[in-house]
Amino acid sequence: MVKVLKTGLYSTIQDLGRYGYQDYGVPYSGVMDIYSASMANILLGNDKHAAVIEMTMTGPALEFSCDTSICISGADMSPKLNGLPIKLNKQIPIKRGDLVSFGKLISGFRAYLAVLGGFKTEKIMNSYSMYSGITKQAILLKNCNLSIDDSLKSLEKKHAAIKMVNTHFDIKNIEVFKGPEFQKLSKEQQSLLFSQDFTISKENNRMAYQLAEPLENSLEPIITSSVLPGTVQLTPSGKLIVLMRDCQTTGGYPRILQLKESAINIMAQKFTGHVIHFDLIIG
Amino acid sequence: MIYKLTYKPFGERSVLVEWPAIIDEKILSDINLFKEKIKNFSIKDIVEVKSAFNSLLIIYKNKIILFENVINELDQLYYQKEQYLKLRPKQWKIPVCYDAIFAIDLNEMALEKKLSKEAIVKLHSKGVYTVYFIGFLPGFMYLGGLDKRLHTPRKSTPRLKITKGAVAIGGNQTGVYPSESPGGWNIIGNSPIEFFNPKNSIPCFVNAGDKIVFKPISIKEYEDIKTLVKAGVYQLESEVIDG
Repeated sequence: MVKVLKTGLYSTIQDLGRYGYQDYGVPYSGVMDIYSASMANILLGNDKHAAVIEMTMTGPALEFSCDTSICISGADMSPKLNGLPIKLNKQIPIKRGDLVSFGKLISGFRAYLAVLGGFKTEKIMNSYSMYSGITKQAILLKNCNLSIDDSLKSLEKKHAAIKMVNTHFDIKNIEVFKGPEFQKLSKEQQSLLFSQDFTISKENNRMAYQLAEPLENSLEPIITSSVLPGTVQLTPSGKLIVLMRDCQTTGGYPRILQLKESAINIMAQKFTGHVIHFDLIIG
Repeated sequence: MIYKLTYKPFGERSVLVEWPAIIDEKILSDINLFKEKIKNFSIKDIVEVKSAFNSLLIIYKNKIILFENVINELDQLYYQKEQYLKLRPKQWKIPVCYDAIFAIDLNEMALEKKLSKEAIVKLHSKGVYTVYFIGFLPGFMYLGGLDKRLHTPRKSTPRLKITKGAVAIGGNQTGVYPSESPGGWNIIGNSPIEFFNPKNSIPCFVNAGDKIVFKPISIKEYEDIKTLVKAGVYQLESEVIDG
């Protein structure tokens, strides 16, 4: 068991998401940054589908009631073991009674804590990913207990901490494909999309990121159609909305761009005030 | 009927198939038929086929290297004749209580439309609605067939909390909120039925192409049905539509 002593700003259990239920209106969910979460699982020897804790901006405080191993990847939130700093992207042995906590945000926005064998919370529709209305619990709550498999023994592999590619957090370029309604944009709108920078507004969460700069628009809404994580919608008022992992299954705004899958991971580490630039993939 | 379909790559592993941009039952049947073909012929690598008014989104397991090949394969399948493939849509009778305790916007609607509350309920419950697809919220049905006289603009300020089961009208659509959610539609009743149950392997009983009728019930009947639904023993009335 792992007891949540403090929750952090917004912490959830996530795996790679809930696939095969879009036709019932069920969002995919899953870790926002698949690259970082997979790193944490792989370094522990876990299956890539193992459930991890996703934390946002500030991390939780966790008390372990059994021996295990953990690995933390993604954003650097100054992780600590019993008050002493620990490294990211490294297998950390945990003893019963140990306390893992987090401090100041140094880089990125979302961090992942993987545990040996993965978290074993409520599994609904083949996924542990928390989502209001699907799982009983939508976020980690103070004093809740998270089940883990306490019978697993750590790999005795002692390797140094892996250095993550820094560009994952620093790069402002977001690679995109044309979306289904891209051709409906005027030539001027099309060129503006790729010439100017856009700033992430304070409206950013697991469902969507809104961008601050409007794109002057006269396109009408479309007949409601499918959307995906990474779809960029353009509202009648000219607002650009980048859909993320918890997005609805369908939408009625023109879908002008579609983020490359790796670009969704990069986007997931951005927050209010960060600047991005769309790069069109030619092909 | 054969339509001229448009195929568009959508990201790295999906193809969007589009029918003409109109909401139409013939298109719905054609979409459903193509969807059944895709599922039956189990094209390697397809993980999900997702409906909307005039499109199917076909999602593959792996990244698509050559969209051209994938699109050709789909288009050949579309033109393939399959006599034995038959859709079996159902008509569901959904109990709805239109009592004032649930129908919080019925008064205002009646005043605006210069119709009695009873007339609105009568118009709403005599319609036969077509389920085009499920989206927006888990278990939310996009329904076609609302009587023109009942078309009502969405509220200018959406409510932060709409009760689970609320039966509502927004613009030219009617629908049932399958879970508590924010929303701007006008609420005229409530259904005690579960439209989405994440514990079932098939979480929704309704499918795209099915029909819905609303059957008015009293508060007493509402409470009785609610109890049976909670106990997991309520049997919803349905019949197969001959097509």
